[in-house]
Amino acid sequence: MTPFENPVLDSIIEELPELTKQAEGMREIVLANLAMLGETPSPTFKEERRIRLLLDRFTELGLSKTSIDEAGNGLAVIDGQGGEKNIMLVAHADTVVPETVNHTYTISPEDVTGPGVADNSLGIAVLASLPYILEKINYKPVNNIVLVAGTKSLGRGNLEGLRFFLSNGKLPASYGICIEGMRIGRLSHKSIGMLRGDITCRIPEQYDWSRFGTSSAILTLNEVINKINDIRLPKRPKSSVVMGSIEGGNSYNTITTYARLKFEIRSESAVLTKEIADRIEEITTEVTSGHSETVDLDIFARREPGGIPFSHPLVRSTRRIIESIGVEPRLAPSTSELAAFIDHNIPAITLGITDGTRMGDENESILIEPMYKGLAQLIATIKAIDGGCCEQH
Amino acid sequence: MSNIEQWIKQNTYHHSDFWDLKKMVEDKERQGLTISLCLPTLNEESTIGKEVVLFRSELMNRYPLLDEIAVIDSGSTDKTLEVAEAFGADTYLADDILPHIEKKKGKGENLWKSIYQLKGDIIVYVDADIKNIHPRFAYGLIGPLIYRPEVQYVKGFYDRPLTLSNVTRPSGGGRVTEILTRPLFSLFFPELTAIIQPLSGEYAVRRKVLEEIAFPIGYGVETSHLLDVYGKYGLGAFAQSDLDQRIHDNKSTRDLGKMAFGILQTFLTRCREMGIIDTHKDYETIFRQFQAVKNEYEVVKHDIVEDERPPMNTIPEYREKYGLDN
Repeated sequence: MTPFENPVLDSIIEELPELTKQAEGMREIVLANLAMLGETPSPTFKEERRIRLLLDRFTELGLSKTSIDEAGNGLAVIDGQGGEKNIMLVAHADTVVPETVNHTYTISPEDVTGPGVADNSLGIAVLASLPYILEKINYKPVNNIVLVAGTKSLGRGNLEGLRFFLSNGKLPASYGICIEGMRIGRLSHKSIGMLRGDITCRIPEQYDWSRFGTSSAILTLNEVINKINDIRLPKRPKSSVVMGSIEGGNSYNTITTYARLKFEIRSESAVLTKEIADRIEEITTEVTSGHSETVDLDIFARREPGGIPFSHPLVRSTRRIIESIGVEPRLAPSTSELAAFIDHNIPAITLGITDGTRMGDENESILIEPMYKGLAQLIATIKAIDGGCCEQH
Repeated sequence: MSNIEQWIKQNTYHHSDFWDLKKMVEDKERQGLTISLCLPTLNEESTIGKEVVLFRSELMNRYPLLDEIAVIDSGSTDKTLEVAEAFGADTYLADDILPHIEKKKGKGENLWKSIYQLKGDIIVYVDADIKNIHPRFAYGLIGPLIYRPEVQYVKGFYDRPLTLSNVTRPSGGGRVTEILTRPLFSLFFPELTAIIQPLSGEYAVRRKVLEEIAFPIGYGVETSHLLDVYGKYGLGAFAQSDLDQRIHDNKSTRDLGKMAFGILQTFLTRCREMGIIDTHKDYETIFRQFQAVKNEYEVVKHDIVEDERPPMNTIPEYREKYGLDN
């Protein structure tokens, strides 16, 4: 039998249309979980309420092994039928939405709209619904399925929750599946090198205001940005500097004393990531030399590049599953939870559940219809791992 | 301890008292009860989907506490009925129920017709405009009816009068409750002041009580229910349940003025029928408000008539459907 032949996987794929139909029958439970969990604010570092609600949902479904660990992660175990492996399903519990934003969701027959619905309330809702779904389709996994709602994942959280669990958890993960609300077809198996940080420019209180109009924190930051833009990046390995957010200033006519840039360096090469970071540090020093402004560089999150190869049985099986639901797999690298698995040399992938629009806006929206295929794809992948289709020999 | 204090102690619940839905379903089945959820609607397309999804998922699929979820609509011009139907609710136009009877418009009309249309021994009414809908809005009201046979009517409220801290804070209803209903109850029916939010749109009632009370079709329906049930059964027939926070759009003061006018009509009519107020004069039905147009004040007239439906058990079709004459 060649590595491309796998009768177990073939039979799982044959079941996909039926699985999609069964997933459609689970619409209410997933949407109910989505509304209840998504309407519970969960900004990074303040995930307790959402985690507590998730644990209640797990307990109501009869899961006995549920807990909250020292990092605040929400955990539950679906016991296997004697298998020794632990298949870990992870969704990050935090969102970028502040508590003060109105978290009301609207459900129409076509879509669900509300802040953070795609990133990643849907992922958490799928996690919450999974024990119910597996029970309804009468699937009893051979191996243990460990459900993890990771805290302190985004921004300055830097995957703290999942990293803690992987370093200290009693159940060593054999495989990892990261669940993201968006987009269906997403298949990440590699993490790129990443450094994330803030550059903050400040003008001192005693600034010489006679230089009226010629200077401000914004102008200083602009100089920094221009210099970062001038950094020459090679075509290979692929590298980029993403300038994600800028803030500063209060009105039309006030000189700005504070401005901040949030940026991320991404590269397939760890060496190059470091080189770009060194160059940015040099720029911040250069811009402030001889001036009274201060420019601070704060790098607070890092990812090492890595992951499993395209030919790994986990990637190969999942690719076939995604193709079989009629979706083109999109093999984009990830900087999310996947990186924590990679750091621990655990084979892992990231999957998206559905499509949507207005990602990041307060009226972020997900489509309901593609969700059925997204759920079927996830369950088929669990079955493939559980059935031994993803072992590397 | 006064009757009011004793009633509050014994008949006031928090929805979390009924967290054990499995037990509640077992008790319901043992008693052979059926329960219907009625969502009266008029242009609620933005909130109705979530309400139906949550109640179906939690209180039908997972815990079969509800036997039916029905939307009774006053003639929405948006997609309210389409959305509700897509998520599996039974949908009805109020005008299509008992079509031979002269048509009337109003929330009370939908509630009244639901008694004919729905099959439950208990009917739970939940407004369709709640933004933070949760299954507690239904099971928190059903609980006392399942565990206390003597309770007939359970009212929802949205505050926690008994806080754990030592700080005393006022507790009560909305603006109309505090400046109209509560003063009126204090004057004429002091015991009813124990009901923290007499005007809340969330309540669960036994069919045998619903079928024997009249229904104003407009703003006065909740007030008239309280007066009629109190008159027939006394305070002991009521219970109330804290449903925590309820988020909905606030009405303007001008709209509340119209509401207060309707409630006052119903209240005075009931008082006259009970012989508490002695007058033969018919009340005015025109409510006047004013608005400034340039340098002049213009009167705006609203004709608010609190029309009323008789007890459902006086309707021949209902008596036939439920075999009341057998």
